[in-house]
Amino acid sequence: MEKLRYALFTGCTAKQSTPEQMMSTLAVADKLGIELVELTEASCCGASHLQDYDEFLSLVLNARNIAYAEKHGLTMVTICNTCQLNTAMTKHKLDNNSELKAKVNEKLAEVGLEYKGTSQITHFLYAIIDDFGLDKIKEMVVTPLSQFNIAPFYGCHNIRPSELQNETHKTPESAYRPTSLDDLIIACGGQNVDYEEKNKCCGFHVELQAPKTAAILTGNAIAGAMDGDADWMVTPCPLCHLKLDTQTHHASEAIGREVQLPVLHMQQMLGLALGCTPAELGLKHHVAKVDFV
Amino acid sequence: MEHTITTQKVKFKVFRFNAEEDYLPYYDDYEMEVTSEEVVLDILNRIKWDHDGSFSYRRSCRHGICGACAIKVNGRSTLACKESMNDMVELFGNELVLEPLSKKRAIKDMVIDKADFWDKHAAVTPYVVTDVDEAPEIENLVSPHDAEALDEADLCIQCGACHYACPVVEVNDDFFGPAAFAAAYRFEADVRDESESRLMDVNQMGQGVWDCVKCFECKEVCPKEIDPIGKITKLHQKLFQEGKAESNVATRHAVGFIHSIAKRGVLDEGGLVLYSEGPAIVKHLPVAFKMFTKGKIPMPWQLPKSDNMDEIKTLVKSSTTAKF
Ligand code: SF4
Ligand code: SF4
Ligand code: FES
Repeated sequence: MEKLRYALFTGCTAKQSTPEQMMSTLAVADKLGIELVELTEASCCGASHLQDYDEFLSLVLNARNIAYAEKHGLTMVTICNTCQLNTAMTKHKLDNNSELKAKVNEKLAEVGLEYKGTSQITHFLYAIIDDFGLDKIKEMVVTPLSQFNIAPFYGCHNIRPSELQNETHKTPESAYRPTSLDDLIIACGGQNVDYEEKNKCCGFHVELQAPKTAAILTGNAIAGAMDGDADWMVTPCPLCHLKLDTQTHHASEAIGREVQLPVLHMQQMLGLALGCTPAELGLKHHVAKVDFV
Repeated sequence: MEHTITTQKVKFKVFRFNAEEDYLPYYDDYEMEVTSEEVVLDILNRIKWDHDGSFSYRRSCRHGICGACAIKVNGRSTLACKESMNDMVELFGNELVLEPLSKKRAIKDMVIDKADFWDKHAAVTPYVVTDVDEAPEIENLVSPHDAEALDEADLCIQCGACHYACPVVEVNDDFFGPAAFAAAYRFEADVRDESESRLMDVNQMGQGVWDCVKCFECKEVCPKEIDPIGKITKLHQKLFQEGKAESNVATRHAVGFIHSIAKRGVLDEGGLVLYSEGPAIVKHLPVAFKMFTKGKIPMPWQLPKSDNMDEIKTLVKSSTTAKF
């Protein structure tokens, strides 16, 4: 197989509140022989809030990020569900509306850039599944996670809206029966836990304005995984991770039941199976302790 | 092309509950040979006609127009008369659970009490507010261009599929929900409308647009492709554009992104929370402390910054269209 190369859009959290996500992404890419060219020029995607205030600005900024991936001639790979949604949604809008694309390009021209629409955008999870292949992953597993029941938590912005899924991925994920994370868990040798909340919302985006709503959604998700007898949870989204990992106190209070589980980034889970060390994967950066390794 | 009808065996688990007689709901099992021609409503009919005449559900038009027949299939909100059985089997396999849109609102089997839905719909002033001349000389025309602004929000059939799929409606009784917001947008976008209060009604914390978690569930289930979350985003934007967005934690959160991006390209996460919360940020200190001890909060001098900041600054300056 030719070496896979991507332009890495890190998003903001990988550089701040989830440093372990950046570490584990690089460690896993290294193990798999995937080359990641970091887009150090990229700005925040607006995290699905900026567009509520200023949609045009959010389109311009996302188009600028994609323009850098295009300059490298590479598919852009994201490591956050919300970055994935905002970037893919921008691409969808610009590729389907030439007038809007022209307006955005008028702005980008001021800084000597152009959005062409030549780069694909995918989440690292789907790059692994669609491009690298689960069969190859299986062959590379050195520490099968066979003693663990692992609860996948998909997060909203990778699986909905499905029109973007259908447009972006070779094997589109179903919003109601998502399989990618389950398949990855199985490829790593673990047991996947099926539970109702696995494709539900964690509440992250209203944590400030509607803390109770957010806490109940987080609590229900962890409780669902616990009732499914999960040893830990795994997610491709650092925002879901933050909610599930750091907000368990509020979540427990909101649903009247003590809930807590270790919550790993999907890169950390894969890294463990591929034989990366806990230090390489940043496992000490979790609030809900990862004490099983 | 030859059209062949196929059949397959499907097992159904059907929610049963009669509020007048039952203390708890229960499920009845049926196994049926289902044809590729059938929709979910055909199955409801067959349960009633062939198995149990007491089985209750709502339907009227059978053409996806009246909005009566929405139920949940394996937890997914579905318009029974529009949803093909083939698609359901393809999606969920040969074991299907049929349930009302909201189990806690069940009156009899699939029939639910939709009062909360209608109350919330009524609360957003779902009609054009304007002084009309009772004896106009000419028609009050709306140009095709102006009608386009409604963005198909007027096609909503009030089925409630989105409302009872919304996770916020489920946990917050006050939240208006996606259908009511789509209705609010439909009249806000109407050039004839002069309502002063509607936009402010959906601007409230708790019940209004700021509490939507952006899960896209409503867009996913809507059988009429209304895209309620898209309308919610447009209501957010309208609130800012018309200068009606009050300064609260949600609006400052949206605006705070610009400040962060203009300064560093990437977010200053702590700075954004401070900007959004103001002095109330103290309530986040216990969690922040835990995160800090785990190396999840960088010191100010470690904050990341994008390369080519001059470009970002230029674009923020030249492309900003909103004011707060
Ligand atoms: S996007 Fe918002 S309104 Fe729609 S279902 Fe989710 S929380 Fe409810
Ligand atoms: S927006 Fe769609 S799903 Fe919601 S009530 Fe209207 S038609 Fe039904
Ligand atoms: S019966 Fe009228 S919408 Fe289904």
